[in-house]
This record gives sequence, C-alpha cells and structure tokens, in this order.
Amino acid sequence: MYFKKIALASSLALFAGGAAQACEVGARVNIVGNEFAAIQAVVEKAKECSGAEIESNLTADHQKINLAGMQGNPAEYTTAIVANSSIVALMNDDVVRPLNDLVAKHGDGLSDTQLIRVGGDIMAVAFMANAQHLMYRKDILEQAGVEVPTTYEEMLEVAEAIRSQGLVENPVGGAYAAGWNLAQEFNNMFLGYGGEHFKAGSAEPNVNSEAGIKALNMMKALTEYMNPDYLTHDSNATNAEYRAGNIAVMHMWGSRASQQTTTEGVTDDVKNGHAIAGPLTVGGGEIPASTLWWDGWTVAKNVSDEEAEATFLAMKNGIAPSLIEDDEVAKLAVWLIAGYEPTDDAKGVFAAAQKGTKAYPMLPYMGLLHTALGNELADFLQGKESAEQALADVEAAYTAAAKEKGFLQ
Amino acid sequence: MRHKTFLWFFLPTGAAMILFIFMPIISVLMQSVYAPHEAVLEEVENCVPLVGCTIETKINQDATAALREAEPLGRFVGLEIYKDRGHLATEEVKAAWAESETWGEFREKLTNLPFYRAMGFTLTFIIFVTPLGIILGLAIALAVNSLHRHLKGLMIFFSLLPMIVTPLIGSLVLFWMIDSRGIIGSALVGLVGDPNFSLKASTGLMWVALIVYGIWHAAPFGFVVFYAGLQTLPKDQLESAQIDGATRWQQIRYVVIPHLMPLVTFVGLIQLMDNFKIFEPIVGFQASAHATSLSWIIYNDMSGETRQLSAASATSVLTILGVAILLSPVLVRTWHDFKGAK
Repeated sequence: MYFKKIALASSLALFAGGAAQACEVGARVNIVGNEFAAIQAVVEKAKECSGAEIESNLTADHQKINLAGMQGNPAEYTTAIVANSSIVALMNDDVVRPLNDLVAKHGDGLSDTQLIRVGGDIMAVAFMANAQHLMYRKDILEQAGVEVPTTYEEMLEVAEAIRSQGLVENPVGGAYAAGWNLAQEFNNMFLGYGGEHFKAGSAEPNVNSEAGIKALNMMKALTEYMNPDYLTHDSNATNAEYRAGNIAVMHMWGSRASQQTTTEGVTDDVKNGHAIAGPLTVGGGEIPASTLWWDGWTVAKNVSDEEAEATFLAMKNGIAPSLIEDDEVAKLAVWLIAGYEPTDDAKGVFAAAQKGTKAYPMLPYMGLLHTALGNELADFLQGKESAEQALADVEAAYTAAAKEKGFLQ
Repeated sequence: MRHKTFLWFFLPTGAAMILFIFMPIISVLMQSVYAPHEAVLEEVENCVPLVGCTIETKINQDATAALREAEPLGRFVGLEIYKDRGHLATEEVKAAWAESETWGEFREKLTNLPFYRAMGFTLTFIIFVTPLGIILGLAIALAVNSLHRHLKGLMIFFSLLPMIVTPLIGSLVLFWMIDSRGIIGSALVGLVGDPNFSLKASTGLMWVALIVYGIWHAAPFGFVVFYAGLQTLPKDQLESAQIDGATRWQQIRYVVIPHLMPLVTFVGLIQLMDNFKIFEPIVGFQASAHATSLSWIIYNDMSGETRQLSAASATSVLTILGVAILLSPVLVRTWHDFKGAK
C-alpha cells in the first residue's frame, strides 16, 4: 500500500516535472485577446508554463485596448491574439515584431501553413481558422420538401417554401446588426458577386459598383424573410434565435457550430435537426459569398528580447498539439494545429477553404471601409434611400476617413 | 465676497481645473487640427493559412517612422477635419443647398450627413426629455411629499431607482422588454394585431423608446432636487393660501412653483447638458441605425479596427461648442450679474 502511494506520488511528480520542463519561461508574459472558448483554451494552456508570471486579459473589447496596451515602451501586453482584420491595426502602428528569428530558434513543431507572412516577415502564428457558412434545420427543410440550398437564390426559394407552408414565420437568419456585423455580411455578398473593395493598387474605394448594388439588393431580399428586428441582431442574438427554433437557414460563423446543440436550453428539435454545409455562392459566381479568417498570436515590438522569447515559448505551448488531445477542446474550433482531425462541426469551414473562399482583406485601410459600410448601409435596408445612394455615402464617408488617416490625398 | 478674497479662495480649485479640464481640452483641440502622416504604402506578398499567398498592400514602417520623427505631432491640417463629411460637411451642405428645390429635399440631404443626423436626433431628444423629465420629477416630488412619513423612505428609494441603475444596464433592460419577443414588444404585437410589428425596426418608434427611456432616467434627478426644495417651502405662505380658499392646484401653481423656480432652472441646465451628450441608451438599444448623437460618433470613431483620433477630437470640440451654445443664455446672465456686483 505504502509502496503504491510512493509510486503514485513519484509518477505525479515526474508528470508535473515533465510538463514544467516542456515549457519554462524566463520573463513576464501578458496576453490580450478576444473572449471565446477556443482562445480561452489556448491561454489556459499557455499559462501552464512556469518560471515567470503569465497574465491575461481576454475580453470582447480587446480591439479597443490592444493597440494602446502595446504602444508604450515597455508595452503592457507582450502578445495580442488577433485575426486577419485586427492584426492590420497593430501593423499600421508598428507595435508587433517580425518573428523570423524566434521561429528559426524555437519554431520546431509549427507547421508552415500556420505562419502568417507579410512581405517575407512572419508577423503572427495562426492556430485556428474560421469562415461563415450554411447552418440549417434538416427537419424543417425535409418537411417543406426542399433541397439544401447551395446558392443565395436557392436560399430565397427555400425561405419562401418554408414560410408559405407556415412552418417558420421568419425562416432566414443573419447577423445584420448595424455596424460591424452588417458590414461583414455586405463584404461576403460583395465578394460573392466578384466585387473588389478597392481600385487595383490604390486606397480608392470601389464598392459603388454593379457588384455592390447586386449585393445590397440580395441582402434586402433576404431581410424580407428575417425577424423584423434584424438590424439589432448581432451574431449572438441570431444564434439565440436559431437555438430557440425560430430560424431554419442561416449563414453563420463556423466557430459557433459546436455550440448550436450543446448550449443550455436548446430545444430537442434544434438538437436533432441541426446540420451544416459549406458557404453559399450568389449570382452564378464560383467563389463563395463568404470570407476566410484566421486567429493567431503576435509578439509585441516594444518589449525586451527576453520577454519576446518568453512570450513566444508560452504561446507556442498554448497551441501545442497536446491541446487538442482533449476531445472537448478539439471540437471548439477548426484548429490549424498538427494532428488535428476535422470534426463534423468543422466541415463547413473546410468546405469554404476548398471552394476557394477569399481571405478577409488584410489592407491598412480596410478597417475604415468596414466602419463606413457598417454606418451607412442600414438606411438602404430600411428603405430610406436607394442602393446607389447608400454606396455613394459609404464611399464618401470612407474617403473622408482615409484622407484624415493619410491613405488618400 | 471681494474679488481678491474670492481669487485666493478659488485658487486651488482653479489650479485643478486648469490641470484636469483646461489642459485636456487644449490637447483635444491640438489633436483635431493635426492628422496622421500620409501613409507610405508598399505592395508585399501575404501568405495566410487555407488561402495561400496574395499580393496585398501594407504600410512601409521605416519610411513612416522617418516622417513621424520629422513632425511628431503629425501633419497640420487646420480646420480640414472640421469641414469634412464626417463633421460639418461644408462642401456637402453647399451642394445640397444648391441642388435642393424644397426645404424637405434639403432636410433629407442634410440628415444623410452624420453630423446633422446626430444633431437632428439630439435636439429632438432634448426638446422632449428636458421639460417632460422636469414635470415628471416635480410630480413625483409633490406626490411623495404628501405621503405619510412612514411611507416616504420607501417611496424615495423606489423613485430613485432609475438613477441608481447604471444607464447602460437600464437601457439594456428596456431593450429586451421591447424586443419583438420581449414582454412589451409581444404585448404591442398583440395590440396591433400584426405579427411582424417591430418597435425596433421603425425609426419613429425607436426615437419614442429612447425618449421614454430618457424621461425615465432623468426624472429622479429632478425629483431629488425638487423634494429637497419642498422641505424649505414656508408653511405660513401655504397656510395663508389655504385660508384664502386656494385649491390644491392653485397652491402648486402660485406658491410652490414660484418657490422652486431657481431649482427648475438648475435642473433644466444640468438636464440640457446631460441630454446633449446622450450616449448609453443608443448603445444599449443598438439604435445606431435609427438614432445617433455626437457622443456616439466619438465612440464609433474610436472603436473601429482603425481608430480615428483626429475625427473623434474634432467631434469632441464640436460637442463642447454645442454645450456652450446651449448654455450661452445662462452664461451671459452670470456675466451680467458679475459686472453688476462690481
């Protein structure tokens, strides 16, 4: 008995010692990032490193604090967890460092596809991918006798069939809340119609085009089948509607897929009927009306080399392959980590990648256009002005902002 | 108090005001006339997972750093930012004036510009919320004052609740209630008899909801001040009015209200300033598609992926000017009193 106890204790000690040896950091680490389950898991694992203090600040408002928290010297945050849109703001102000030498020294185990390269410099290490794609209720579609849509035109037909048979009053869902969400929905549709956000090689806006007008008209057609409060529904509210059984088809973030059936209070109908498919195309286009995203981590520029190295090691530990050995964690996202086996929830995002979905543009001035789109498009959807006028307003608002920031003369 | 005594008395406060109010305003003013340097852009190859490599634009940091070194404040743009479309939009207003044939058309074009749209809502909000908030506050104060003293404490607590509740939380609570699946929202759907009726989808109704929220939130402040004022009401005046056979309404109209008039001015001024800076309910109600304010514009400029510090500073300066204009009648009167006191 006594012997057993000793054996157990020593094996535990060995285990703990092994983990500590695997990750030992020599300087402080402070992480700022968005707050959702996958990121929490990564940060939790990064904190297993010993040797120095590892702090974190995970909040949905991370974009409001990460830049200010990295501009000081020394920077408060030694790393920011970002996505393709938010890394741009950090690169614009030059607060993240190239990771080439750190990858050369400690990069073993990271696969090449994880490295975000900007003009020869590695600026971030990605650990998960995301894209919006179709989620639907196969039971309702079956009842209505319709096929799973692959285009937005089919989605409208499906919606009409479901509504006319009285199955669901507002069968279409979409995160159309005025602001960031609405602009993102436009971006998807606009790219689906083959639109280019900017005139080639310049910061001149290019959304007031045929593709832009078609995109807006399609969005307007979809809103006819949405909950009338759609302009206040962000992706949280839209998902709540879906889980309550009030939505039959929607284009939604892949990172939400695994929670649609596991969240508390989901009805059995939704649990059994939930299904996902790849992103939709629109207007006969080949490229899906969606964007591909990655989430990854950066290392601050204004910190000592020791802190940068410690940060790199801790964050690398956070995304080590052992992270996804836990099935619960593996389900949380489409991981870009070696050894990841796509779960059923991940097939929508992989389908998006296979179909050639474009990445969300990583341009210095894209954030300004996104903001302008989010502010100006609601007028059109409310029927207050024409599509042309709304898009002209977007370009005018963007131009004023881009002139201020020095992107346009 | 003699002016010299007053000066010494005021000095510590004055120093703190210069440090914490005046200097930041100067800093905001500076930021609003300087903009970031023109970005030096270059094309590079970006490689990202699942997509591969594409040619994208980025800022050349070395060249930009050199520019920053030369002029750390940024590029001086004078009043350019004040005049751009995001603010006073002088060019756009001129064009709208020239192209419009009727007032309605001009108004429509004007409210398509962010600054004027925000002002349109803000002024409507002020016009309704300020007087109605005061009247409701006064009514509550009179009602509570006439209660039995055992009930007063409890009623005061409940009357103050809207002010105790954080504005953002208060507006969120109301927002959920008016959702088409919320308690008020679904009751309205039942009343109207149209399943697609939505309060949040209509600009007019959203404005009504914001104004109702504003009054709900503003009334307790008026109530507290007026209730305190009622405690100083001379009993003999009221008694003589009663002996003269004045009704309750006449007592209020000819004795109570004149007594409270200086407080009404005070509450009115504070409310005017507060209502001009309306912000939390717009965020809480997610009402930005229907209603905006200058404070919301500042928030929006600062919360995008790319922050627009100069634009936000210019709007801040315009807010200060707006408050100054609203308060100017009182400032002028104070100045006259000061001159008279000499």
